[in-house]
Amino acid sequence: MIRTPAVRTVLAFAVALVLAGCGREAPRTSGAATVRIGAASPLTGPQAHIGIDIRNGVALAIEDANAANVEIGGRKVQFELIAEDDEANPTKATTVAQKLVDSKVAGVVGHFNSGASIPASKIYSDAGIPQISPSSTNPKYTQQGFKTTFRVVAHDDQQGPTLGRFALDKLKARSIAVIDDSTAYGQGLADAFAATVKAGGAKVVAREHTTDKDTDFKAILTRIRGRKPDLVMFGGIDPQAGPMVKQMAELGIKAKFMGGDGMQTPNFIKLAGGASEGAMASIPGLPKETMPGGKAFLEKYKAKYKAEVELFAPMGYDAVMVFIDAMKRAGSTEPAKFLPELGKTRYQGVIGPIAFDGKGDLVNGPITIYVVKGGKWQALETVTPGAGGAKK
Amino acid sequence: MDIFLQQIVNGLVLGSIYALVALGYTMVYGILGLINFAHGDICMIGALTALTVAGALAAMGLPPPLVLALSAAAAVAVCCALGVSIERVAYRPLRRAPRLAPLITAIGVSILLQYSAALVWGKQYLSMPELVRPTEIAVGGVHLTDLQAFIFLLACAIMAGLLWFIRSTRAGRAMRATEQNRDVAGLMGVNVNHVIAITFLLGSAVGAIAGMMVVLYYGIGHYFMGFMLGLKAFTAAVLGGIGNVAGAMLGGLLLGVVESLATGYIGDLTGGVLGSNYRDVFAFLVLILVLVFRPSGLLGERVADRA
Amino acid sequence: MRSAVELARQWREDPRLRWLGYCAVAAALIALPFAVDAVLGRAWVRIIDVALLFILLGLGLNIVVGFAGLLDLGYIAFFAVGAYTYALLASPQFDLHWSFLVLLPLGAFVAGVFGVLLGAPTLRLRGDYLAIVTLGFGEIIRIFLNNLNRPYNITNGPQGITLIDPLALGELALNKSYAVAGFTLAPVHNYYFVFLACAAASIFISLRLEDSRIGRAWIAIREDELAAGAMGINTRNLKLLAFAMGASFGGVAGGLFVSFQGFVSPESFALLDSIMVLCMVVLGGMGNVGGVVLGAALLTALPEALRYAGPLQQAWLGDVYVDPSDLRMLLFGLALVLMMLLRPAGLWPSTLRRRELAGAGESGVAR
Repeated sequence: MIRTPAVRTVLAFAVALVLAGCGREAPRTSGAATVRIGAASPLTGPQAHIGIDIRNGVALAIEDANAANVEIGGRKVQFELIAEDDEANPTKATTVAQKLVDSKVAGVVGHFNSGASIPASKIYSDAGIPQISPSSTNPKYTQQGFKTTFRVVAHDDQQGPTLGRFALDKLKARSIAVIDDSTAYGQGLADAFAATVKAGGAKVVAREHTTDKDTDFKAILTRIRGRKPDLVMFGGIDPQAGPMVKQMAELGIKAKFMGGDGMQTPNFIKLAGGASEGAMASIPGLPKETMPGGKAFLEKYKAKYKAEVELFAPMGYDAVMVFIDAMKRAGSTEPAKFLPELGKTRYQGVIGPIAFDGKGDLVNGPITIYVVKGGKWQALETVTPGAGGAKK
Repeated sequence: MDIFLQQIVNGLVLGSIYALVALGYTMVYGILGLINFAHGDICMIGALTALTVAGALAAMGLPPPLVLALSAAAAVAVCCALGVSIERVAYRPLRRAPRLAPLITAIGVSILLQYSAALVWGKQYLSMPELVRPTEIAVGGVHLTDLQAFIFLLACAIMAGLLWFIRSTRAGRAMRATEQNRDVAGLMGVNVNHVIAITFLLGSAVGAIAGMMVVLYYGIGHYFMGFMLGLKAFTAAVLGGIGNVAGAMLGGLLLGVVESLATGYIGDLTGGVLGSNYRDVFAFLVLILVLVFRPSGLLGERVADRA
Repeated sequence: MRSAVELARQWREDPRLRWLGYCAVAAALIALPFAVDAVLGRAWVRIIDVALLFILLGLGLNIVVGFAGLLDLGYIAFFAVGAYTYALLASPQFDLHWSFLVLLPLGAFVAGVFGVLLGAPTLRLRGDYLAIVTLGFGEIIRIFLNNLNRPYNITNGPQGITLIDPLALGELALNKSYAVAGFTLAPVHNYYFVFLACAAASIFISLRLEDSRIGRAWIAIREDELAAGAMGINTRNLKLLAFAMGASFGGVAGGLFVSFQGFVSPESFALLDSIMVLCMVVLGGMGNVGGVVLGAALLTALPEALRYAGPLQQAWLGDVYVDPSDLRMLLFGLALVLMMLLRPAGLWPSTLRRRELAGAGESGVAR
């Protein structure tokens, strides 16, 4: 009665250990070597559509690479995707990171959220596996001193100042209201923007906050109306930006409206209705349609997934290509060998030229400002950040 | 000054929606002594139903007033069915169980509703078709749209109707009797189950309209929208004195105005230490303060039961 | 379930058997992470680590909900308080690097103080009102953590705090790998043993509490506060004590959590997390320590198991119809409802609780 469970446990462990001994290395098919690439993003939950978008981008890249019969160090290599769901949850992200490390991936594309990328980066760093985030914009992600963290997206301290200079130089804004959605992304962007316009001599007449779940902005907008700004800048994403523009119109605020890449989506126009006309938003990179590889990528993506690219699929695609590029130059698929090459990347990707600085951040690339015209986002102009770069 | 008036107007429109949702909480609480946690989510279902139906009908090219009426009818029908069946399946068997049990059940139902909605509608934000472009009315610096005025007036009409129903009809009298003492009301020939079902029916119907107002006003709906709405409305109900129908209306309007003014002026009042980022804190603070200092609320009378 | 009860009875009767049983359990628990590592991979060891933390949390909430009968929907706030106490004082944020020997007790203490702060004004409230207020309290804590980066930067706001120190004593740090007697002790293993010790300690404390004078007083308050007061129980102090003790469990768990993760941000402390812990307690069996442990283990493992639901649907039905994370929440919701309707005392009920929750008919208690 008592001994049975104990005995059973011991037996189970013994069996488990034996199994572990022989079952660990699955026999590999000879010929082409298989290299695993991990992808980690929220595949379920409220942000799943963006996470799946990233995964699709990664999958497309792997498909293309396999079709191109890549040779690394004189050996044919096939790539295999291991996609994991981090549920946009920091705790889950570390579990998933450990899983990817367990399955011996050569590199990881992920995670989507900064809140997931940061805790996971520690695990990748401990394992010596390089990580390229397609979308995490929190500056802290690359400031932890890890050699394995990279990103192929402009971080908040890069996009914000560019937006700010655009507001100063092109829009001639002098009194500006700044709103953020109290998330790491929105607030980082808004803070960097506010710092730039202040330094440039404009006045930040109101600094307001909302949340990423709110839809009523009347109170803060009314307050802003009292300050009579000529520009309202919002750091946040489309579900807030849409109703916000609408309510601005209802309150009779005539100021221009602008934001970051989080609101440059078709959904923004749908949510804001007619009020969206004239709203501006930036996206890091050149306009995809005008890029050499961009149009082809969009078409390929649409043909395969029967859906429009949400946001970060091109970044996911490029991240894989950057890995492969570094592997080719190093002549090895061993993370330890190609990691030094990753830092020296000079790659022409779908999103534009990719190069990393010492921390693993994307070297200041161009940023394109879009405007809503006739119910559609249209590229207004491309701003190349000045030599000054990001402050802080 | 016009900024101040504008904030009041903003608050009243927002508050009228809170008030409608609060009615559902307060009626159920009055009769069952149960916080129907799922009520906010019933409103959400109503909102999303209205949004979907309106989208489909508008695409067929029906005239906007008809679209509005039909989608409202659909939302009310769905919510009534939902409210009554939830009561029947989840709450009725626990009517005599200790307090904790129905409350936990209600939380469970709330989660179930949210994620069922996520299954049906997905988790992205859905946009309500713009049926009529709202016309702006500017009165001395205060901006208002005809839609806002409509929402406010409709809310007032519904509340007045409900008050009349409870005060003057036979069913209303049965409701009041059940509220005072369920067992004795039963002995007096009131069909208690029936009355409770009617309560849920009414609360859900009003909630459906409130939900529809939200999507109409903001143009956006989401499976999670019921949570905060429900919480704020519950606060409104407590503020007015839970169990008291007139109190819920007063509490709703008051909470809307308090929130608007607090968000608008907190930065100036505290010299920038606190800002509009604390907006959601105000509702909770009001709730805690009321419960601690005046648990019976503004218009509530009975204290012994609550505290 | 029956065999477990019999087992328990035999243990109590025969001390030799009892020690044998304890040794077997201890040996199994020590071997567990290595076996899991070998079979399922290190990720599962990490999942077990998290499960142990949730056991700690669940037991803390159990003191408040299970023993004292105070429904707390904002429990995760105490976890957050402990987490931030540790994170702020052991990270580059203020360039402080205090030892965990100070920080874990401090986290427990600070969380306990917050517990009293929440408890004091809400003492007069009963049941459902208390639930709503605690819910509001939990949200307020999260909103403050998210916004205390201006005008003075304390918590670093939504960006969170990075590079939090691991548990370390001098040179011995848990985030390093060690080789002991042929076994590799990776960080996940190190943390496993620390968390296991904490969970064991909390189980011990809970069990002793339950049988103590205090525990019996709590149960009396839960059953009938008025009668308990009339019997000379100081209901005010005891309720405050329940809040404080429950909160301090959460505080310790929070400190352990951030030292394990190395990163903390306010998004880890949403209402859903409070409800998750509540689910563990309710599902396992309110008031029963074993039940809570079972509930915590089950609910931590369930989402991981449900990960396979997506690919399975893809394989069998051709498409993913039910998002696994939705499925998890649907199951949680359903579990809460069904448990209350069919088995209100939980999967592994405490004897007293079962009697109470089955005790229908006394409407005097209900209203």
